[in-house]
Amino acid sequence: MLRLPSFTYLQPKTLHEALAMKVDAGPDGVFVSGGTDLYPNMKRRQQEPKIVISLMGIPELQKTEGGNDGRTEGRTVVGSCITLSELAIVPSFRRGYPVVVHAAELVSTPLLRNMGTLGGNLCLDTRCNYYDQTYEWRKAIDFCMKKDGHICWVAPSSPRCWAVSSSDVAPVMVVLGAEFRLVGPKGERVVPAGRLYANDGINYLTKHADEILADIRLPAPDDWDATYHKLRRRGSFDFPVLGVAAWIRWDDRTVADARIVLGGVASRPQEIVEAGRVLTGTDLSEEAIAAAADAAYRPAKPLDNTDFDLSWRKQMTRVYVKAALQELRQRRTAPA
Amino acid sequence: MGTRKKAAVKETAAVGRPGTPFRVVGNALRKVDATAKVTGVTKFADDLFLPRMLYAKLLRSPHPHARITAIDTSRALTLPGVKAVLTGHDLPIPFGILPVSQDEHALALDKVRFVGDPVAAVAAASEEVATAALDLIAVTYELERPITDAEDAVAHPEPRIHDYGDLGNLHKLVNLEFGDVEQGFAEADLVRDDLLFFEGSTHLPMEQHAAVGDWSPPPDGKLTLWSSTQTPHYVHRALAKVLELPPAKVRVIATPNGGGFGGKSDPFSHELVVAKLAMLTGRPVKITLTREEVFYCHRGRHPTLMWVKTGVKKDGAITAMHFKSLLDGGGYGSYGVASTYYTGALQTVTYHVPRYKFQGARAFTNKPPCGPKRGHGTPQPRFALEVHLDKIAEQLGMDPAELRLKQLVPPNSLTANWLRIGSMGLGACIRKVVQGSGWKEQFRNLPHGKGIGLACSSYITGAGLPVYWNAMPHSGVQLKCDRGGGVTVFCGSTEIGQGSDSILAVLVAEVLGLDPFDIAVVTGDTDLTPVDLGSYSSRVTLMTGNACIQAAERAREMIRRHAATQLAVPAERLAFAERRIFDVADPACGLSFAEAVQLAEAAEGTIGTVGSYTPQPSAGKYRGAGVGPSPAYSYSACVALVDVDPATGIVRVPRVWIAHDVGRSINAASVMGQIEGSVYMGLGEALMEEMAYRGNRNVVHKIPSLLEYKSPTTLEMCDVVTYVVEDPDPNGPFGAKECGQGPLLPVPPAVANAVYDAVGVRIDEVPITPEKVFKALRRKEKGEAARYGPDQFPDIPWPEPTRVAPPWEGGDGTAAEGGKGRQKAAALAARKR
Ligand SMILES: Cc1cc2nc3c(=O)[nH]c(=O)nc-3n(C[C@H](O)[C@H](O)[C@H](O)COP(=O)(O)OP(=O)(O)OC[C@H]3O[C@@H](n4cnc5c(N)ncnc54)[C@H](O)[C@@H]3O)c2cc1C
Ligand code: SF4
Repeated sequence: MLRLPSFTYLQPKTLHEALAMKVDAGPDGVFVSGGTDLYPNMKRRQQEPKIVISLMGIPELQKTEGGNDGRTEGRTVVGSCITLSELAIVPSFRRGYPVVVHAAELVSTPLLRNMGTLGGNLCLDTRCNYYDQTYEWRKAIDFCMKKDGHICWVAPSSPRCWAVSSSDVAPVMVVLGAEFRLVGPKGERVVPAGRLYANDGINYLTKHADEILADIRLPAPDDWDATYHKLRRRGSFDFPVLGVAAWIRWDDRTVADARIVLGGVASRPQEIVEAGRVLTGTDLSEEAIAAAADAAYRPAKPLDNTDFDLSWRKQMTRVYVKAALQELRQRRTAPA
Repeated sequence: MGTRKKAAVKETAAVGRPGTPFRVVGNALRKVDATAKVTGVTKFADDLFLPRMLYAKLLRSPHPHARITAIDTSRALTLPGVKAVLTGHDLPIPFGILPVSQDEHALALDKVRFVGDPVAAVAAASEEVATAALDLIAVTYELERPITDAEDAVAHPEPRIHDYGDLGNLHKLVNLEFGDVEQGFAEADLVRDDLLFFEGSTHLPMEQHAAVGDWSPPPDGKLTLWSSTQTPHYVHRALAKVLELPPAKVRVIATPNGGGFGGKSDPFSHELVVAKLAMLTGRPVKITLTREEVFYCHRGRHPTLMWVKTGVKKDGAITAMHFKSLLDGGGYGSYGVASTYYTGALQTVTYHVPRYKFQGARAFTNKPPCGPKRGHGTPQPRFALEVHLDKIAEQLGMDPAELRLKQLVPPNSLTANWLRIGSMGLGACIRKVVQGSGWKEQFRNLPHGKGIGLACSSYITGAGLPVYWNAMPHSGVQLKCDRGGGVTVFCGSTEIGQGSDSILAVLVAEVLGLDPFDIAVVTGDTDLTPVDLGSYSSRVTLMTGNACIQAAERAREMIRRHAATQLAVPAERLAFAERRIFDVADPACGLSFAEAVQLAEAAEGTIGTVGSYTPQPSAGKYRGAGVGPSPAYSYSACVALVDVDPATGIVRVPRVWIAHDVGRSINAASVMGQIEGSVYMGLGEALMEEMAYRGNRNVVHKIPSLLEYKSPTTLEMCDVVTYVVEDPDPNGPFGAKECGQGPLLPVPPAVANAVYDAVGVRIDEVPITPEKVFKALRRKEKGEAARYGPDQFPDIPWPEPTRVAPPWEGGDGTAAEGGKGRQKAAALAARKR
């Protein structure tokens, strides 16, 4: 069997305690929530922490506050350690943020969603099929830049790693303009979701290793609508090879503002600014949708490191962006 | 997905075995091991824990093709907890499942042939220590150019992967000709040829291979191996050979397999290694492979490139067929020689082919070895043939179902390549699915994007020959009747989830008038059970079944005699049912089964009988005639409904109708389960499964994990409408034929034909992935050939053909080159001229 190497497991009860433990552990320490990403990676020796600090016993990270409770100004604040299964049944979420629920429900399988958390999903390691392999396998290709090696096999002349952002919920958070509260030993800060991510397969988070993603703040549900479309081989289990998050702020039947964010095509959720621009001021006509789909198609740069052929994946950006926007239009124009 | 309906339609055949109305046979019965399995009581190999047990790990090659110049194990041996380290020189005797391909070593001797080839082994106090020790073994390699696939092997005879084989890196070359195909093509109204490719896939059993070795030191000197193997008898032989132990000092116990599908039919490195480590350390040693290692054991479907040319008359009658296949065999022989023949053997058993030529080649490549996967070597040619026929039907303007119905091989006949057909229910199968699916209304009439396709197939019910030449039975059964009324049946067969233990219980219960749950079943233990060759080639129900019936009938006669004396009723009037033996004329007059056994035992001593089964000799006598003959052939017909999204190329299969001629259904629930399971596996091969390698990166397996090696989930599984057709075969136990493999075969071609019906593009290659459909649709838009598939078959230096006259040309089943056959053929040719 593939064995999990031995490690020290710590269970802090407060954020403060967790941060102190991490400072003590230094680079050998790592936070874990559901562990559905970290533990398989440890089995394959992609990550080799000696000290694993669980965030699941910290009540503050489990709370959900929302709606008009006077403190959140119509926004919703959700603790990072809520599991994806729990998230999907919170009534205020189902009402106010069906797009988040939908994306969460598209993650992997029911079993993994019972363990996997929202925070873990947003901090998910980037993926690449040269990297998500056992130590012995990676040895056979002489490793790669992301772990134990020097070269990127996907783009051998490249100085950087192109591993793919594979979270389903992250593109949705970026497209909604959510904010993340990060708590570190030196204090806390709130960053826009898009700013948590960097387009580098190795340093894919701008968060410091000893910062904890404490909660996620979602904008009040008002005149916006959003959707998420996921491309994967099978109806369950599979990571996205393309995720399309689309967001529209409506002014009656006119697009006042729009954002398109792609998952699975870069090392971070990739906003296609041009696509949002061409949609603004339109009524999501077929031509406007086609222009946005085209704008998304051009910069999408899938590489040969996930399931499916890369040229087909690129072609699919068009199809999936179109479908997402058509859905939004249909929802707006359909009689209530 | 819509609601999941499973309609079952059962064709009941009125005839029972004369004088033996069925009471048990044919019902839907719980399997005898089902409760233990679902409650977690079953002990699989990995569940075994013996006192003082050690754990083994294998160090595997990181190179696809290299010579080992040095191995240093000294550092590993100093790691605390490490008890022994083995390298190839500790087990230098080669082995292999086929006598003609003894080309494997338990650990590579001087050469590695694929990434994952075992090189060294460690036994340690824990799996963690064993894993850590692997890092401390230093192996020095001298790299050789890897051979990445079959075409590469054809183009590069050097460097040779093995120093044996027919030519360069071509392991096996076959060239057989039954009648003059050129003449047949000349007589045809239409001659068409097609090129198709079938990608390799693996078995994906739920249970990873595991084995435990245990050694009683001399003077006992006895080795016991528990293993999740489908073939304990062949493992027994390999252990005795490689470990140089007398067979009597080796006991192999096949633990219940958590699925096999052919992937546990070879003797494996890890089995020999734990045995040797147990002998060296004097402690039990266990190994459980990781999922990744299961991908390296492989022995799965050979990637096969195929070219087929057929001549037909206007009404679809075939005048001749020429079939070529090129198999990518991977690094070792395994069953490959048989697989190669199988890609050419069964083309003739569905539709009448009067003249037939087959050329097959198997290449060695630097990848995990291919071997037998469910359908062994026949799903590939069946895919090619059924797609090819669909194209021919279209060219002739015929309905593909009608075309097939007109050309059916008659029952009780011989084929061009001398296969003996018994019962033949394909016509009934076709009619069932045509009717059930509404074929006539739907075919070529569905809206763009929706399509329907039909394909048929046939499969052997047991290979006619064992893998090593011998004249003994293929299956043996011993039966012991207990004075308490229980019966124990002993048989070397192996339960791999297919229900073989239940078959024994059902047949004994049927013959002796008992309940299947009264029967104790002891199987797969070389010390306790008579030899059965193993769970492969769909042979078990037929062969153990016949042996079992023979043993049970012998016991029945013995018991009946004494019961007759006691009851003072003529023996012929006594029947066995409801755990009683009674007078059919006066059912109140009788004895309990237990009382009858006691009478018999008092008179004769312990009541034990034996039964055995040997298939009749094959009709073909030419070299290569050993592959293809079978006591009986099962038949299937399948209609697939598909949804193709023209924007993406994504294919979904909402429903499959399948009819299978099983001869006689012994356990209706198992038959349905096997058919549905076959459809599932066929669907995976049709749509997504792929053993993909990175040819440019050391030929590593691209995706050796359950996450990335894509096989369908329940969400991709289609609804299955199953029709069980029963056309009893005289060779089958109560007429039964196989159902565990055959129904897989028609699924990939039915899906391919349906995709064409849906969007008008031919995907001449499985898996039919969205990329391929998308590309073909693009080509069609551009006015290019609306097709995705291979475009050439390499030139292969075929040997001179073995010419065998078909039965209707006066042949006697021997090759024309030798003896009578040649004279006859020459005489015939002269007469024709
Ligand atoms: C078979 C399989 C299929 C999967 N399919 C999908 C899929 O389809 N879509 C998808 O999006 N994901 C998928 N996943 C990934 C994973 O299961 C989910 O993303 C899950 O939500 C991760 O959450 P977790 O709590 O288990 O993360 P963990 O494993 O606990 O953590 C993941 C990473 O985030 C860090 N981390 C976790 N929580 C915090 C925090 N609060 N603050 C700072 N850092 C933190 C950890 O240190 C670690 O590096 C799949 C995983 C598997 C094994
Ligand atoms: S993108 Fe390149 S460097 Fe990054 S994980 Fe893949 S192969 Fe390694």
